Amino acid sequence: MIVTERAVSVSVNGATYARTIPVRLLLSDFIRNELGLTGTHLGCEHGVCGCCTILLDGQAVRSCLMFAVQADGHELITVEGLAPAPGQLHPLQEAFRQEHALQCGYCTPGFLTTLIPFLESNRDPSELEIRQALSGNLCRCTGYQNIVKAVQRAAREMRTVEPGR
Amino acid sequence: MTTRWFGEPVRRNEDPRFLTGEGTYVDDIHPPGTLQAAVLRSPIAHANITKIDVCAARALEGVVAVWTWEDLGDVFRPSPMSVPHESLTHPKTQYPLARDKVNYVGEPIAFVVAHDRYIAEDACDVIEVDFEPLPAVVDLEAAVAPDAILVHDDVPGNVAATLTQQVGDPDRAFAEADHVFTARLYLERGAGQPMETRAVLAQWDELEHVLTVWDTTQAPLSIRNGLAVLLGLPENGVRVVAPDVGGGFGTKIMMFYAEEVLVPLAAYKLRRPVKWVEDRREHLIASNHERGQLHESAIALRADGTILGVRDTFLHDTGAYTPYGIVVPIVTSTQLPGPYRIPNYFSESRTVYTNKVPVSPYRGAGRPHGVFVMERLIDLAAREMGMDRAEIRFKNFIAPDEFPYDVGLTFQDGAPTRYDSGNYQAGLAKVLSHIDYEGFPAYQARMRDEGRFIGLGMASYVEGTGIGPYEGAHVRVDGTAQKVVVATCVGTQGQGHETSFAQIVADELGIRPDQVEITTGDSRSMNWGSGTYASRSAVVTGNAVGVSARAVRAKAATIAAELFEANPADIEFENERVFVNGSPEYGLPLWDVAIVANPIRYAYGSQAAKAIAMRKQRPGPPLPDGDDPGLEARKYFSPAQAAFASGNHAAIVEVDPETGIVTILRYVAVHDCGRVINPMIVEGQVHGGVAQGIGGSFYERMVYTPEGQPLSTTFMDYLIPTAMEIPSIEVDHIETPSPLNPLGIKGAGEAGVIPVPALMAQALEDALSPWKVRVTELPLNPGEIRALVRAGIDPEHVNA
Repeated sequence: MIVTERAVSVSVNGATYARTIPVRLLLSDFIRNELGLTGTHLGCEHGVCGCCTILLDGQAVRSCLMFAVQADGHELITVEGLAPAPGQLHPLQEAFRQEHALQCGYCTPGFLTTLIPFLESNRDPSELEIRQALSGNLCRCTGYQNIVKAVQRAAREMRTVEPGR
Repeated sequence: MTTRWFGEPVRRNEDPRFLTGEGTYVDDIHPPGTLQAAVLRSPIAHANITKIDVCAARALEGVVAVWTWEDLGDVFRPSPMSVPHESLTHPKTQYPLARDKVNYVGEPIAFVVAHDRYIAEDACDVIEVDFEPLPAVVDLEAAVAPDAILVHDDVPGNVAATLTQQVGDPDRAFAEADHVFTARLYLERGAGQPMETRAVLAQWDELEHVLTVWDTTQAPLSIRNGLAVLLGLPENGVRVVAPDVGGGFGTKIMMFYAEEVLVPLAAYKLRRPVKWVEDRREHLIASNHERGQLHESAIALRADGTILGVRDTFLHDTGAYTPYGIVVPIVTSTQLPGPYRIPNYFSESRTVYTNKVPVSPYRGAGRPHGVFVMERLIDLAAREMGMDRAEIRFKNFIAPDEFPYDVGLTFQDGAPTRYDSGNYQAGLAKVLSHIDYEGFPAYQARMRDEGRFIGLGMASYVEGTGIGPYEGAHVRVDGTAQKVVVATCVGTQGQGHETSFAQIVADELGIRPDQVEITTGDSRSMNWGSGTYASRSAVVTGNAVGVSARAVRAKAATIAAELFEANPADIEFENERVFVNGSPEYGLPLWDVAIVANPIRYAYGSQAAKAIAMRKQRPGPPLPDGDDPGLEARKYFSPAQAAFASGNHAAIVEVDPETGIVTILRYVAVHDCGRVINPMIVEGQVHGGVAQGIGGSFYERMVYTPEGQPLSTTFMDYLIPTAMEIPSIEVDHIETPSPLNPLGIKGAGEAGVIPVPALMAQALEDALSPWKVRVTELPLNPGEIRALVRAGIDPEHVNA
């Protein structure tokens, strides 16, 4: 008999969720529809636009290119899990606001989640490195330059906040 | 000193929710029990349908409904012709589902409602449709050839409309000219491609008898009005909400897309919430496209470079239907003259049916095409006559003292194309100074010596913005919550209306923008209005917000004047306080004035209670005749005609003749949208527009096979430029305020995209001048640029 459902247990933003789900359910649909975390957006569902990017064990991945069952036992972070506390913003989020790095906001969660591991691995990136890091995410509103400026500002802020790292 | 918010780069009110994943886009709303829909679309561009069998789909577990045209009852009728025009002799609008014929790949045939989207798509897979394929009409010129196949049997020659406009005596101008140059120019199909695709959710409320429709539309009130008629419900029985919308760019305004009828109908009939979310493939093949015009044009000049006349005849590809009338070709033909004095002008457009997705305005809405033609003609003349390309432009610009300037044409709103204000000389001079036009030839020569081929492009345009009929705003001071609540009904798709409108209110009432809460796109909060299109929201709604806030201010001043026995003209508003000028101690918080303004109130704050006690008992009723309770106003703004913004852009590009790859080294935009509410937001609009223009120049192209099969069906085929392709764009402003509205503003939303193809064509030719390359169509990909180089003439680079 073909298995059509499977039990999974996934940690998302620090909370553990156990569900029995169809095996064909995309991870993106699982996050949005099963868990109600609608900050993760779908722009193309074929892995190009990057809107659905989340962190899986700290790595930026496209949740539309994974089945939810593949996330079984892994730790996920979505855009809802970036701010240190409700009503506060992560330095990267604050930099996006200061530099007007978002307009419609639809692609923004994917940019933020893409950039978190990038800034962790490169604390003082050049403009070209930033642009390369952004090149897997599409934004139709900003023309990217304010996103680049936001990353530069966030890198500065994050170096000041954690000088010892 | 009073803080003035208008003109400041105020950080946006909407950002915190978007940054934390708390925005509410249509697909984020999921009432319990929501069913999901999918659409079966035609896989063939042109065919008769001989049979549709939905039995297997209906039998599938989890499927709730499968509809074909037969199931639609009275709703099976064509969409309304929302923008009729006397020249549009053969309009065609679409039915929600095809009956016996399909006219483009992507046309909806059946509609499935199921427990989830996965099952709905399973059901689409087992619907059987028998087609009798017909030859497809794809190419524009083939469509108007004498023996052409017809898209619609009753539209002879595939021509929906022939529109001519004329100024002066073009025949005479061309006969008397010293020089005449002709060009054949083409812009390929492209599309807005917002990152959020379209989506519709509808829910019938049995208690309130209201059908609520959440829709990514740019025009919620138009959809509300249309749905009420279609479903036989009273206007207040349908509520249409455009919540957070992830980009629009024109693509999300239609009356109707099929799903905007099918989803509400399903929710109403099934008495269950029903949601449909478009996927990207559907968006690429079945949501409206634009661009797609073929021009045959000519320019007549005197020997000194003075333009005597322009002639332009063009074919406009409208796809299979004309849902938006002939707005795009009208805009092309009326905005083609741009900033130039063209005493004699003839324009003829034919709007042509093809077996492709329908066309409606996409950011720029016909202007990039017209500007491409005009600027290409000027470039051609300058080159052939040996004139400097800046000099010929300066020579032919309308002078700053010639405003208002009547172009002599009828604009898209039916009003004369009369430029209200502008200073095109100053704009071009500024952009050329920024890009160092004077120093460029030496730079170019130096680079050539290094084996690098760089070119400069410049282009200028005029954009009619902010057309009527009107928009409104309701401004209310909520004394208890200590905020000002503003309702408008234009949709918002990232333009920052929650901030720029708040800045206008904050100035009037002496508060901060973050104390102003703006509602957009909810038909329940404003009953009248039109929508977000034609770069009009800041102009029309912004001014409605302004006049409404001013009315609130006047009322608050009257109340304060009465309390403090002062003249209303002496009442000041600052730091949330309303007080007598020069005597700040005679004053109250604005919030308390709002409480005083209501004859039935419950004041807990001591100041408010004191203020109420201060108010003298007047003779007559507690609410005097002609007065309204509360501190609120609802006003409308209706502009007499469009406000004409303008811009001058310049760029330096490098082209690698070996690979055809173009790198943009610098891009400068000088923009005039009158008085700027928020420069940060306006500059962001320009950045995004330019990026889309760069996409349309080099990357984005809707490719169809000769059979009408779309090939640009993923983001791997339809290339949206990334951060690697789009350079930093330098933006500067000049301000010629519009005399047509109290705030002096002009629209800015579409501006950035308009001159880009024209400018890039010129820059390519300049960079590749050793090969005498001629650019007559865009986009051009590296392979095509390489082909132009190979076909070019170059004694020095014979091996290139």
